[in-house]
Amino acid sequence: MAVYPLKETKKAPQSQTKTIQWLKENLLSSTSNVLLTLIALYLIYLILPPILNWTIFDANFDLTADNDSCGREGACWAFIYDNFKMFIYGFYPQEELWRIDTMFALIVVMIMFGSWIKKSQYRMHYIIGAFLVYPVAAFFLLHGGLGLEVVGTDKWGGLTLTIVVAAVGIVASFPLGILFALGRQSKMRIVKFISVVFIEFVRGVPLITILFMASVILPLFFSVGMDFDKLLRALIGITLFQTAYIAEVIRGGLQAIPKGQYEAADASGLNFVQKTTLIILPQALKISIPNIVGSFIALFKDTTLILIIGLYDMLAIVGAATSNSSWLGRNSEGYVFVAFVMWVILYSMSRYSKKLEVRFSTEHKN
Amino acid sequence: MFIKLKSLLYNNEVRAIAFQVLTVVFIAYFVYQAFDNMMLNIEQSGIRSGFGFLNDEAGFAVNDNFFLTYSPTSTNLQAFYVGIVNTLIVAITGIFFASVIGLVIGIARLSSNYLIRKMATVYIETFRNIPILLQILFWYSTALSVLPPTRNSMNFLDSVFLNSRGLFLPKFIVGTEFYLVLASFIIGIATYVFIKKRSTKKHDDTGIATNTIPHFLGLVVLLPIVAYFVFGAQLEYPALKGFNFQGGTDLSIEFFSLAFALSIYTATYIAEAIRSGIDSVDKGQKEAAAALGLKQGQAMRLVVLPQALRVAIPPIINQYLNLTKNSSLATAIGYSELVTIFSGTVLNVVGQAIEVIALTMLVYLTISLFISLVLNIFNKKMEIKGK
Repeated sequence: MAVYPLKETKKAPQSQTKTIQWLKENLLSSTSNVLLTLIALYLIYLILPPILNWTIFDANFDLTADNDSCGREGACWAFIYDNFKMFIYGFYPQEELWRIDTMFALIVVMIMFGSWIKKSQYRMHYIIGAFLVYPVAAFFLLHGGLGLEVVGTDKWGGLTLTIVVAAVGIVASFPLGILFALGRQSKMRIVKFISVVFIEFVRGVPLITILFMASVILPLFFSVGMDFDKLLRALIGITLFQTAYIAEVIRGGLQAIPKGQYEAADASGLNFVQKTTLIILPQALKISIPNIVGSFIALFKDTTLILIIGLYDMLAIVGAATSNSSWLGRNSEGYVFVAFVMWVILYSMSRYSKKLEVRFSTEHKN
Repeated sequence: MFIKLKSLLYNNEVRAIAFQVLTVVFIAYFVYQAFDNMMLNIEQSGIRSGFGFLNDEAGFAVNDNFFLTYSPTSTNLQAFYVGIVNTLIVAITGIFFASVIGLVIGIARLSSNYLIRKMATVYIETFRNIPILLQILFWYSTALSVLPPTRNSMNFLDSVFLNSRGLFLPKFIVGTEFYLVLASFIIGIATYVFIKKRSTKKHDDTGIATNTIPHFLGLVVLLPIVAYFVFGAQLEYPALKGFNFQGGTDLSIEFFSLAFALSIYTATYIAEAIRSGIDSVDKGQKEAAAALGLKQGQAMRLVVLPQALRVAIPPIINQYLNLTKNSSLATAIGYSELVTIFSGTVLNVVGQAIEVIALTMLVYLTISLFISLVLNIFNKKMEIKGK
């Protein structure tokens, strides 16, 4: 019996190897494709070098440099290094910074603990408890009281303020948003009318006019001489604004619930409150989660607007830091840095919301 | 008697009415309290109320003014109108460029070319994840530092100048000649629309396609140029006098930065809307078009895009509304639109916060309602028949 040894396998022809094949298919498949590749390369050649030169090659990375020794051809990163604390903590007193750090560290600890007891039957209790206790703890940490030195809200600023405003906005607007969403779906004419007017009014005007309203008109509604914190006014404005958007998101979830669910709840003899809290809302909220995250992303972007009514969020710190005579004219470095930080936060959140969307959409296909 | 009362308590309709009455009383009480406090506060601060301030002299100059007559001696009402016009102009400019950029990027995201596709993705992910206010401030400060001062303006043919104050363009001197040129332009467009309609009808009836691009060039582009020379319309050129340019039209650097930032930012959302619109078209449509012998471009233009736009246009119109609302951020860089002029300068002068902010909100509400109306009409028209 003849034995036929296996011949050594030939290597694929040069034109078929991975890289070349890939290039052929994706960049050079036709004349027009080649042309597009050339245009793209030209655009990259136009855009990329100036950006890289300014941020890296011509930039001064000497962190001890001052404004004059830094040079003007490229970025001066010493500016960011010098003002880093201000970008993160605003004007918060140096010796009290540990309070802000503790506040953020608490969040991390809470999330870690939450994922550790994932399977526990008390998880829901823990989450609700955390949502109730944490804001109070955070308030006393930031503001002071209970033995801690009081730090006025005029000292709050930077990324801390951005996060505080966004967090308060989302947490406070959530229950209100649910109420208005239910109101808009209600059969009671007057309740429905009030909800529709509120939601459509808020969604029809720019946030900046609502912030103006909150900061200028709102104090007029309260009795004379009542001092009204500037930050509190901004928070009220932001919350009202966010409420309308959250209400619309949740209404979308409510509308997606099949009618049979309502009828089944009625048939089981549940009253309105039981029906809403036990049957309808859990399902509606679950469907709305990706959109709620989306609306939170929008809110996070919108928090930058508080600089217009004179609060010092991270973006406003750029102006504050560059009006200091030792760092005049370094706006670009500041804007690029803030843009970078905001981008990292917003991009990760939008990735997360995409992931949620995929997760929830597969669940509903079955 | 007692049983009757109890059944009333558990009657859904009675409960609903009671609940609503309670809500109304509750709200009415709050409104009353707020109003009472407000009157007291206003009285104490000595600010007058009512809309009489609209007829007062404004007393401030406005940088950007396109075609309304306005001077510091004009009334606050005229300043209000200038603000509305400037809001609309920057919004329309932004909407135009955002649509063009968005369409290009949206299609580029689905390109078969790897580089183009990736670049479009990078563009979208970069600009939509940076707050718009930051972008406006960044472009404004960059434009101020990159563009040359007035003395060393960039000069194009001695008629267009660009410097850190803005773009200076020649302007038509309005007169008989100008109206003749304008008339020929309008006639050109009207004739072209007529020819285009006839050629479409011919194509529908007989299947013979006519190329109307030469007609377009001749009627819409060439005709006004010829008319310009024939009638001898005059242009007023901007010229450097003292420290600034005089004559001609100018677009301020604030206007530019704002329109630029708004276009770049909103384009990312429009691109995403167009991409998801194209994605929503069934693959079979493309294959059917190919089976009928349409070329790739034709399949895109005649089969895919019309169906994609039906899905994409509602979110795009919403983005137009968002852009208009975002134009109010101009107040951070001082482009004189509604919020800057009215809720800014006028409010500081007259101090009547309630009236001023109410009027500002009213304008935006009107625009919003108008745009939702357009959207509703569009949705009605585009509803798939027979559903």
